[in-house]
Amino acid sequence: MIKIANVSKHYGSFQVLKDCTTSVSKGEVIVVCGPSGSGKSTLIKCVNGLEPFQAGDIVVNGISVGDPKTNLSKLRAQVGMVFQNFELFPHMSITQNLAIAQVKVLKRSQDEAMDKGLKLLDRVGLKAQADKFPGQLSGGQQQRVAIARALAMDPICMLFDEPTSALDPEMVNEVLDVMTELAQEGMTMMCVTHEMGFAKRVANRVIFMDQGAIVEDDSKDAFFSNPRSERAQQFLAKILHH
Amino acid sequence: MTYEFDWSSIPGALPFLWDGMKISLVITAQAVVIGIVWGTLLAMMRLSSIKPLSWFAAGYVNLFRAVPLVMVLLWFFLIVPSFIETLLDFPPGTDLRLSSAMMGFALFESAYYSEIIRAGIQSVPKGQIAAASALGMNYAQAMRLVVLPQAFRNMVPLLLTQAIILFQDTSLVYVSALADFFGAAYKVGDRDGRLVELLLFAGAVYFVICFSASQIVKRLQKKYHPA
Repeated sequence: MIKIANVSKHYGSFQVLKDCTTSVSKGEVIVVCGPSGSGKSTLIKCVNGLEPFQAGDIVVNGISVGDPKTNLSKLRAQVGMVFQNFELFPHMSITQNLAIAQVKVLKRSQDEAMDKGLKLLDRVGLKAQADKFPGQLSGGQQQRVAIARALAMDPICMLFDEPTSALDPEMVNEVLDVMTELAQEGMTMMCVTHEMGFAKRVANRVIFMDQGAIVEDDSKDAFFSNPRSERAQQFLAKILHH
Repeated sequence: MTYEFDWSSIPGALPFLWDGMKISLVITAQAVVIGIVWGTLLAMMRLSSIKPLSWFAAGYVNLFRAVPLVMVLLWFFLIVPSFIETLLDFPPGTDLRLSSAMMGFALFESAYYSEIIRAGIQSVPKGQIAAASALGMNYAQAMRLVVLPQAFRNMVPLLLTQAIILFQDTSLVYVSALADFFGAAYKVGDRDGRLVELLLFAGAVYFVICFSASQIVKRLQKKYHPA
Protein backbone atom coordinates (compact mmCIF):
# COMPACT_ATOMS: atom_id res chain seq x y z
CA MET A 1 0.00 0.00 0.00
CA ILE A 2 2.73 2.48 1.01
CA LYS A 3 6.34 1.95 -0.07
CA ILE A 4 8.96 4.36 1.24
CA ALA A 5 12.29 3.85 -0.49
CA ASN A 6 15.53 5.62 0.43
CA VAL A 7 13.83 8.93 1.21
CA SER A 8 16.10 11.80 2.22
CA LYS A 9 15.21 15.40 2.93
CA HIS A 10 17.30 18.47 3.70
CA TYR A 11 16.60 21.94 4.97
CA GLY A 12 19.69 23.65 3.62
CA SER A 13 22.60 21.71 5.07
CA PHE A 14 20.47 20.15 7.82
CA GLN A 15 19.34 16.64 6.99
CA VAL A 16 15.86 15.92 8.39
CA LEU A 17 15.41 12.50 6.85
CA LYS A 18 18.28 10.10 6.17
CA ASP A 19 17.72 7.35 3.66
CA CYS A 20 14.44 6.12 5.14
CA THR A 21 13.06 2.86 3.79
CA THR A 22 10.00 0.98 4.97
CA SER A 23 6.61 -0.16 3.76
CA VAL A 24 3.05 -0.54 4.98
CA SER A 25 0.87 -3.36 3.67
CA LYS A 26 -2.86 -3.21 3.28
CA GLY A 27 -4.62 -3.49 6.62
CA GLU A 28 -1.44 -2.97 8.62
CA VAL A 29 -1.22 -0.55 11.54
CA ILE A 30 2.21 1.01 11.95
CA VAL A 31 3.20 3.19 14.87
CA VAL A 32 6.08 5.60 14.29
CA CYS A 33 7.76 6.82 17.45
CA GLY A 34 10.96 8.47 18.53
CA PRO A 35 12.25 11.53 20.36
CA SER A 36 11.07 14.95 19.21
CA GLY A 37 13.02 16.24 16.25
CA SER A 38 13.66 12.73 15.00
CA GLY A 39 11.83 13.40 11.74
CA LYS A 40 8.79 11.19 12.32
CA SER A 41 6.23 13.93 11.56
CA THR A 42 8.23 14.99 8.52
CA LEU A 43 8.29 11.40 7.26
CA ILE A 44 4.53 10.96 7.58
CA LYS A 45 3.93 14.29 5.82
CA CYS A 46 6.10 13.11 2.95
CA VAL A 47 3.72 10.19 2.40
CA ASN A 48 0.99 12.46 0.99
CA GLY A 49 3.42 15.02 -0.38
CA LEU A 50 2.69 17.77 2.14
CA GLU A 51 6.45 17.87 2.66
CA PRO A 52 8.63 17.60 -0.44
CA PHE A 53 11.71 15.37 -0.31
CA GLN A 54 14.86 15.50 -2.38
CA ALA A 55 15.91 11.89 -2.76
CA GLY A 56 14.25 8.49 -2.92
CA ASP A 57 10.59 7.87 -3.65
CA ILE A 58 7.33 7.05 -1.95
CA VAL A 59 4.71 5.01 -3.76
CA VAL A 60 1.16 5.02 -2.44
CA ASN A 61 -1.25 2.55 -4.00
CA GLY A 62 0.94 2.41 -7.10
CA ILE A 63 1.25 6.19 -7.47
CA SER A 64 4.64 7.86 -7.07
CA VAL A 65 4.53 10.83 -4.69
CA GLY A 66 7.90 12.17 -5.81
CA ASP A 67 7.07 12.17 -9.51
CA PRO A 68 6.46 15.81 -10.55
CA LYS A 69 3.80 14.61 -13.01
CA THR A 70 1.69 13.09 -10.22
CA ASN A 71 -1.52 14.97 -9.44
CA LEU A 72 -0.89 15.30 -5.71
CA SER A 73 -4.37 16.67 -4.96
CA LYS A 74 -5.92 13.57 -6.46
CA LEU A 75 -3.64 11.32 -4.45
CA ARG A 76 -4.27 13.24 -1.21
CA ALA A 77 -8.03 12.91 -1.69
CA GLN A 78 -7.52 9.16 -1.20
CA VAL A 79 -5.19 9.41 1.78
CA GLY A 80 -6.77 10.56 5.04
CA MET A 81 -4.70 12.67 7.37
CA VAL A 82 -5.25 13.75 10.97
CA PHE A 83 -3.14 16.54 12.45
CA GLN A 84 -1.83 17.32 15.89
CA ASN A 85 -3.85 20.56 16.06
CA PHE A 86 -7.03 19.11 14.50
CA GLU A 87 -7.14 21.85 11.84
CA LEU A 88 -10.89 21.86 11.52
CA PHE A 89 -12.08 24.87 9.53
CA PRO A 90 -13.22 27.33 12.24
CA HIS A 91 -15.51 29.34 9.96
CA MET A 92 -17.64 26.32 9.07
CA SER A 93 -20.09 24.29 11.13
CA ILE A 94 -19.21 20.69 11.95
CA THR A 95 -21.42 19.37 9.13
CA GLN A 96 -19.88 21.81 6.65
CA ASN A 97 -16.43 20.69 7.77
CA LEU A 98 -17.44 17.12 7.00
CA ALA A 99 -19.10 17.91 3.67
CA ILE A 100 -16.92 20.53 2.02
CA ALA A 101 -14.19 18.32 0.55
CA GLN A 102 -16.69 15.62 -0.43
CA VAL A 103 -18.59 18.21 -2.48
CA LYS A 104 -15.69 20.24 -3.85
CA VAL A 105 -13.15 17.47 -4.41
CA LEU A 106 -15.15 14.27 -4.91
CA LYS A 107 -18.06 16.16 -6.55
CA ARG A 108 -20.65 14.44 -4.41
CA SER A 109 -24.02 16.13 -4.06
CA GLN A 110 -24.59 18.27 -0.98
CA ASP A 111 -27.23 15.81 0.30
CA GLU A 112 -25.06 12.78 -0.19
CA ALA A 113 -22.13 14.51 1.53
CA MET A 114 -24.30 15.60 4.47
CA ASP A 115 -25.65 12.07 4.83
CA LYS A 116 -22.22 10.53 4.81
CA GLY A 117 -20.91 13.19 7.20
CA LEU A 118 -23.68 12.64 9.71
CA LYS A 119 -23.21 8.88 9.61
CA LEU A 120 -19.53 9.24 10.41
CA LEU A 121 -20.26 11.84 13.06
CA ASP A 122 -22.57 9.34 14.69
CA ARG A 123 -19.83 6.75 14.50
CA VAL A 124 -17.41 8.94 16.46
CA GLY A 125 -20.22 9.64 18.92
CA LEU A 126 -20.80 13.31 18.11
CA LYS A 127 -24.08 13.43 16.24
CA ALA A 128 -25.47 15.90 18.77
CA GLN A 129 -22.76 18.43 17.86
CA ALA A 130 -23.58 18.53 14.13
CA ASP A 131 -24.66 22.16 14.00
CA LYS A 132 -22.00 23.58 16.30
CA PHE A 133 -18.77 25.23 15.25
CA PRO A 134 -15.32 23.79 15.98
CA GLY A 135 -14.60 26.44 18.62
CA GLN A 136 -17.53 25.19 20.68
CA LEU A 137 -16.14 21.66 20.99
CA SER A 138 -13.47 20.26 23.31
CA GLY A 139 -10.12 19.23 21.87
CA GLY A 140 -11.00 15.55 21.99
CA GLN A 141 -14.29 16.18 20.23
CA GLN A 142 -12.57 18.29 17.56
CA GLN A 143 -10.06 15.56 16.89
CA ARG A 144 -12.84 12.99 16.55
CA VAL A 145 -14.56 15.29 14.03
CA ALA A 146 -11.24 15.60 12.19
CA ILE A 147 -11.04 11.80 11.97
CA ALA A 148 -14.63 11.66 10.68
CA ARG A 149 -13.80 14.38 8.14
CA ALA A 150 -10.90 12.32 6.81
CA LEU A 151 -13.01 9.14 6.74
CA ALA A 152 -15.74 10.90 4.76
CA MET A 153 -13.41 10.86 1.77
CA ASP A 154 -13.37 7.02 1.83
CA PRO A 155 -9.57 6.93 2.18
CA ILE A 156 -7.52 3.89 1.23
CA CYS A 157 -5.26 4.54 4.22
CA MET A 158 -5.00 6.98 7.13
CA LEU A 159 -2.06 9.01 8.38
CA PHE A 160 -2.07 10.27 11.98
CA ASP A 161 0.42 12.95 12.97
CA GLU A 162 0.57 12.98 16.79
CA PRO A 163 -3.23 13.02 17.05
CA THR A 164 -3.30 13.14 20.86
CA SER A 165 -0.30 15.36 21.63
CA ALA A 166 -2.31 18.58 21.85
CA LEU A 167 -5.03 17.07 24.04
CA ASP A 168 -5.66 17.29 27.75
CA PRO A 169 -4.92 13.89 29.32
CA GLU A 170 -8.55 13.07 30.02
CA MET A 171 -9.40 13.43 26.33
CA VAL A 172 -6.69 11.20 24.94
CA ASN A 173 -8.63 7.99 25.33
CA GLU A 174 -11.75 9.05 23.46
CA VAL A 175 -9.55 9.69 20.41
CA LEU A 176 -7.52 6.52 20.84
CA ASP A 177 -10.75 4.53 21.11
CA VAL A 178 -11.89 5.79 17.72
CA MET A 179 -8.49 4.96 16.25
CA THR A 180 -8.50 1.49 17.80
CA GLU A 181 -11.92 0.78 16.36
CA LEU A 182 -10.72 1.94 12.98
CA ALA A 183 -7.69 -0.34 13.18
CA GLN A 184 -9.84 -3.30 14.13
CA GLU A 185 -12.00 -2.72 11.06
CA GLY A 186 -8.93 -3.23 8.93
CA MET A 187 -7.98 0.33 7.99
CA THR A 188 -4.39 0.72 6.85
CA MET A 189 -2.87 3.19 9.31
CA MET A 190 0.41 4.96 9.87
CA CYS A 191 0.43 6.75 13.23
CA VAL A 192 3.04 9.03 14.67
CA THR A 193 2.35 8.87 18.39
CA HIS A 194 3.89 8.64 21.83
CA GLU A 195 1.00 6.53 23.09
CA MET A 196 2.81 3.28 23.72
CA GLY A 197 -0.32 1.70 25.18
CA PHE A 198 -2.04 2.23 21.85
CA ALA A 199 0.98 0.79 20.04
CA LYS A 200 0.95 -2.29 22.26
CA ARG A 201 -2.78 -2.78 21.75
CA VAL A 202 -3.21 -2.29 18.03
CA ALA A 203 0.05 -1.88 16.14
CA ASN A 204 1.38 -4.59 13.89
CA ARG A 205 4.77 -2.97 13.61
CA VAL A 206 6.65 -0.21 15.36
CA ILE A 207 9.11 2.09 13.61
CA PHE A 208 11.57 3.90 15.85
CA MET A 209 13.27 6.98 14.43
CA ASP A 210 16.22 8.97 15.70
CA GLN A 211 17.96 11.93 14.07
CA GLY A 212 16.14 11.48 10.79
CA ALA A 213 16.88 7.81 10.36
CA ILE A 214 14.74 4.72 10.85
CA VAL A 215 16.62 2.94 13.63
CA GLU A 216 14.20 0.09 14.27
CA ASP A 217 11.44 -1.36 12.14
CA ASP A 218 10.14 -4.39 13.90
CA SER A 219 7.07 -6.31 14.94
CA LYS A 220 5.38 -4.85 17.99
CA ASP A 221 6.36 -7.72 20.25
CA ALA A 222 10.00 -7.67 19.23
CA PHE A 223 10.16 -3.91 19.67
CA PHE A 224 8.71 -3.81 23.15
CA SER A 225 10.33 -6.95 24.55
CA ASN A 226 13.70 -6.71 22.95
CA PRO A 227 14.62 -3.43 21.23
CA ARG A 228 17.89 -3.86 19.41
CA SER A 229 19.32 -0.35 19.43
CA GLU A 230 20.56 1.36 22.54
CA ARG A 231 18.71 4.53 21.53
CA ALA A 232 15.38 2.71 21.42
CA GLN A 233 16.08 1.04 24.73
CA GLN A 234 16.72 4.42 26.34
CA PHE A 235 13.61 5.88 24.72
CA LEU A 236 11.41 3.05 25.94
CA ALA A 237 12.91 3.20 29.41
CA LYS A 238 12.08 6.90 29.62
CA ILE A 239 8.62 6.69 28.20
CA LEU A 240 7.44 3.54 29.98
CA HIS A 241 8.79 4.01 33.49
CA HIS A 242 7.94 7.41 34.81
CA MET B 1 -12.17 94.09 13.34
CA THR B 2 -13.61 90.60 13.72
CA TYR B 3 -14.70 88.22 11.00
CA GLU B 4 -18.46 88.18 10.51
CA PHE B 5 -19.72 84.69 9.82
CA ASP B 6 -22.42 84.43 7.21
CA TRP B 7 -23.84 80.96 6.70
CA SER B 8 -26.64 82.06 4.39
CA SER B 9 -25.11 80.67 1.21
CA ILE B 10 -25.16 77.08 2.55
CA PRO B 11 -28.90 76.21 2.48
CA GLY B 12 -29.29 77.12 -1.17
CA ALA B 13 -26.14 75.20 -2.08
CA LEU B 14 -27.21 71.97 -0.39
CA PRO B 15 -28.45 70.19 -3.56
CA PHE B 16 -25.16 70.99 -5.28
CA LEU B 17 -23.20 69.83 -2.24
CA TRP B 18 -25.26 66.63 -2.13
CA ASP B 19 -24.33 65.95 -5.75
CA GLY B 20 -20.71 66.34 -4.69
CA MET B 21 -21.20 63.97 -1.79
CA LYS B 22 -22.66 61.39 -4.17
CA ILE B 23 -19.53 61.61 -6.30
CA SER B 24 -17.33 61.22 -3.20
CA LEU B 25 -19.30 58.14 -2.18
CA VAL B 26 -19.16 56.63 -5.67
CA ILE B 27 -15.40 57.15 -5.86
CA THR B 28 -15.01 55.63 -2.40
CA ALA B 29 -17.18 52.64 -3.28
CA GLN B 30 -15.42 51.88 -6.55
CA ALA B 31 -11.99 52.30 -4.96
CA VAL B 32 -12.95 49.96 -2.09
CA VAL B 33 -14.27 47.32 -4.49
CA ILE B 34 -11.34 47.52 -6.92
CA GLY B 35 -8.94 47.90 -4.00
CA ILE B 36 -10.13 44.70 -2.33
CA VAL B 37 -10.30 42.62 -5.53
CA TRP B 38 -7.00 43.83 -7.00
CA GLY B 39 -5.44 44.03 -3.54
CA THR B 40 -6.32 40.37 -2.90
CA LEU B 41 -4.71 39.36 -6.19
CA LEU B 42 -1.62 41.44 -5.37
CA ALA B 43 -1.41 39.90 -1.90
CA MET B 44 -1.63 36.39 -3.33
CA MET B 45 1.02 37.22 -5.93
CA ARG B 46 3.27 38.65 -3.24
CA LEU B 47 2.93 35.46 -1.17
CA SER B 48 3.31 33.23 -4.21
CA SER B 49 6.35 31.04 -4.64
CA ILE B 50 6.52 32.11 -8.30
CA LYS B 51 9.26 34.71 -8.11
CA PRO B 52 8.30 37.05 -10.99
CA LEU B 53 4.75 37.40 -9.62
CA SER B 54 6.04 38.08 -6.14
CA TRP B 55 8.54 40.66 -7.45
CA PHE B 56 5.90 42.39 -9.53
CA ALA B 57 3.52 42.69 -6.56
CA ALA B 58 6.28 43.86 -4.23
CA GLY B 59 7.38 46.48 -6.78
CA TYR B 60 3.83 47.67 -7.33
CA VAL B 61 3.06 48.02 -3.63
CA ASN B 62 6.35 49.72 -2.81
CA LEU B 63 6.00 52.15 -5.70
CA PHE B 64 2.50 53.32 -4.81
CA ARG B 65 3.24 53.47 -1.11
CA ALA B 66 6.29 55.63 -1.69
CA VAL B 67 4.68 58.39 -3.76
CA PRO B 68 2.09 60.98 -2.69
CA LEU B 69 -1.51 60.31 -3.69
CA VAL B 70 -1.90 63.81 -5.17
CA MET B 71 0.91 63.09 -7.57
CA VAL B 72 -0.60 59.79 -8.68
CA LEU B 73 -3.92 61.56 -9.27
CA LEU B 74 -2.22 64.17 -11.41
CA TRP B 75 -0.35 61.51 -13.40
CA PHE B 76 -3.58 59.74 -14.12
CA PHE B 77 -5.35 63.03 -14.88
CA LEU B 78 -2.73 64.66 -17.08
CA ILE B 79 -0.27 62.11 -18.42
CA VAL B 80 -1.96 58.73 -18.63
CA PRO B 81 -5.04 59.77 -20.72
CA SER B 82 -3.05 61.41 -23.49
CA PHE B 83 -0.68 58.46 -23.43
CA ILE B 84 -3.55 56.00 -23.80
CA GLU B 85 -5.18 58.10 -26.48
CA THR B 86 -2.03 58.12 -28.59
CA LEU B 87 -1.32 54.50 -27.89
CA LEU B 88 -4.77 53.13 -28.66
CA ASP B 89 -5.60 55.76 -31.28
CA PHE B 90 -8.85 56.91 -29.68
CA PRO B 91 -11.00 59.30 -31.73
CA PRO B 92 -10.33 62.91 -30.72
CA GLY B 93 -12.77 64.25 -28.16
CA THR B 94 -12.81 61.12 -26.00
CA ASP B 95 -12.30 62.44 -22.48
CA LEU B 96 -10.59 59.82 -20.41
CA ARG B 97 -9.34 62.20 -17.77
CA LEU B 98 -11.94 61.71 -15.09
CA SER B 99 -12.28 57.96 -15.36
CA SER B 100 -8.51 57.77 -15.53
CA ALA B 101 -8.16 59.80 -12.34
CA MET B 102 -10.67 57.56 -10.61
CA MET B 103 -8.78 54.50 -11.83
CA GLY B 104 -5.53 55.97 -10.53
CA PHE B 105 -7.16 56.48 -7.16
CA ALA B 106 -8.32 52.86 -7.04
CA LEU B 107 -4.94 51.52 -8.15
CA PHE B 108 -3.22 53.60 -5.48
CA GLU B 109 -5.52 52.36 -2.73
CA SER B 110 -5.07 48.76 -3.91
CA ALA B 111 -1.47 48.94 -2.72
CA TYR B 112 -2.65 49.70 0.81
CA TYR B 113 -5.42 47.10 0.67
CA SER B 114 -2.99 44.46 -0.53
CA GLU B 115 -0.81 44.98 2.54
CA ILE B 116 -3.82 44.60 4.85
CA ILE B 117 -4.95 41.49 3.00
CA ARG B 118 -1.46 40.01 2.98
CA ALA B 119 -1.30 40.35 6.76
CA GLY B 120 -4.79 38.81 6.95
CA ILE B 121 -3.77 35.80 4.86
CA GLN B 122 -0.66 35.34 6.99
CA SER B 123 -2.80 35.44 10.13
CA VAL B 124 -4.42 32.15 9.12
CA PRO B 125 -2.41 29.24 10.59
CA LYS B 126 -0.33 27.29 8.04
CA GLY B 127 -1.96 24.06 9.23
CA GLN B 128 -5.22 25.16 7.63
CA ILE B 129 -3.67 25.03 4.15
CA ALA B 130 -2.12 21.67 5.02
CA ALA B 131 -5.49 20.33 6.16
CA ALA B 132 -7.24 21.60 3.04
CA SER B 133 -4.51 20.10 0.83
CA ALA B 134 -4.64 16.82 2.73
CA LEU B 135 -8.35 16.62 1.87
CA GLY B 136 -7.45 16.84 -1.81
CA MET B 137 -8.18 20.51 -2.42
CA ASN B 138 -5.91 22.25 -4.90
CA TYR B 139 -4.25 25.56 -4.04
CA ALA B 140 -7.05 27.70 -5.48
CA GLN B 141 -9.74 25.78 -3.60
CA ALA B 142 -7.77 25.90 -0.36
CA MET B 143 -7.38 29.67 -0.71
CA ARG B 144 -10.98 30.35 -1.75
CA LEU B 145 -12.78 27.98 0.62
CA VAL B 146 -10.53 27.89 3.66
CA VAL B 147 -7.92 30.64 3.90
CA LEU B 148 -9.55 33.75 2.42
CA PRO B 149 -12.85 33.50 4.34
CA GLN B 150 -10.91 33.34 7.61
CA ALA B 151 -8.49 36.04 6.50
CA PHE B 152 -11.32 38.42 5.58
CA ARG B 153 -13.11 37.77 8.84
CA ASN B 154 -9.96 38.75 10.71
CA MET B 155 -9.51 41.77 8.46
CA VAL B 156 -12.98 43.33 8.46
CA PRO B 157 -12.18 46.07 11.01
CA LEU B 158 -8.98 47.04 9.19
CA LEU B 159 -10.67 47.03 5.79
CA LEU B 160 -13.41 49.30 7.10
CA THR B 161 -10.93 51.62 8.76
CA GLN B 162 -9.05 51.83 5.48
CA ALA B 163 -12.35 52.64 3.72
CA ILE B 164 -12.84 55.58 6.09
CA ILE B 165 -9.34 56.87 5.36
CA LEU B 166 -10.08 56.36 1.69
CA PHE B 167 -13.25 58.43 1.96
CA GLN B 168 -11.21 61.29 3.37
CA ASP B 169 -8.61 60.84 0.65
CA THR B 170 -11.27 61.28 -2.04
CA SER B 171 -11.11 65.02 -1.29
CA LEU B 172 -7.78 65.02 -3.11
CA VAL B 173 -9.49 64.36 -6.43
CA TYR B 174 -10.29 68.09 -6.49
CA VAL B 175 -6.90 68.47 -8.20
CA SER B 176 -8.38 66.66 -11.18
CA ALA B 177 -11.40 69.01 -11.31
CA LEU B 178 -13.81 66.32 -10.15
CA ALA B 179 -16.66 67.99 -8.27
CA ASP B 180 -16.63 65.73 -5.23
CA PHE B 181 -18.03 66.99 -1.93
CA PHE B 182 -14.91 68.92 -1.02
CA GLY B 183 -14.59 70.34 -4.54
CA ALA B 184 -18.25 71.38 -4.52
CA ALA B 185 -17.90 73.12 -1.15
CA TYR B 186 -14.82 74.94 -2.38
CA LYS B 187 -16.60 76.10 -5.53
CA VAL B 188 -19.62 77.43 -3.63
CA GLY B 189 -17.39 79.20 -1.12
CA ASP B 190 -15.31 80.70 -3.87
CA ARG B 191 -18.36 81.87 -5.81
CA ASP B 192 -20.05 83.51 -2.80
CA GLY B 193 -16.88 84.80 -1.16
CA ARG B 194 -17.67 82.59 1.83
CA LEU B 195 -14.80 80.14 1.65
CA VAL B 196 -14.26 80.06 5.44
CA GLU B 197 -17.86 79.10 6.19
CA LEU B 198 -18.04 76.49 3.45
CA LEU B 199 -14.74 74.86 4.43
CA LEU B 200 -15.78 74.78 8.09
CA PHE B 201 -19.09 73.25 7.08
CA ALA B 202 -17.39 70.66 4.84
CA GLY B 203 -14.96 69.82 7.63
CA ALA B 204 -17.85 69.30 10.05
CA VAL B 205 -19.60 66.97 7.60
CA TYR B 206 -16.41 64.91 7.04
CA PHE B 207 -15.91 64.73 10.78
CA VAL B 208 -19.45 63.56 11.55
CA ILE B 209 -19.39 60.89 8.84
CA CYS B 210 -15.92 59.54 9.58
CA PHE B 211 -16.22 59.72 13.35
CA SER B 212 -19.55 57.87 13.40
CA ALA B 213 -18.24 55.30 10.92
CA SER B 214 -15.19 54.62 13.06
CA GLN B 215 -17.41 54.24 16.14
CA ILE B 216 -19.46 51.65 14.25
CA VAL B 217 -16.26 49.80 13.31
CA LYS B 218 -15.21 49.81 16.96
CA ARG B 219 -18.52 48.28 17.97
CA LEU B 220 -18.29 45.62 15.27
CA GLN B 221 -14.80 44.82 16.45
CA LYS B 222 -15.98 44.38 20.03
CA LYS B 223 -18.84 42.20 18.90
CA TYR B 224 -16.78 39.84 16.76
CA HIS B 225 -13.38 39.94 18.44
CA PRO B 226 -14.22 40.50 22.09
CA ALA B 227 -10.67 39.84 23.28
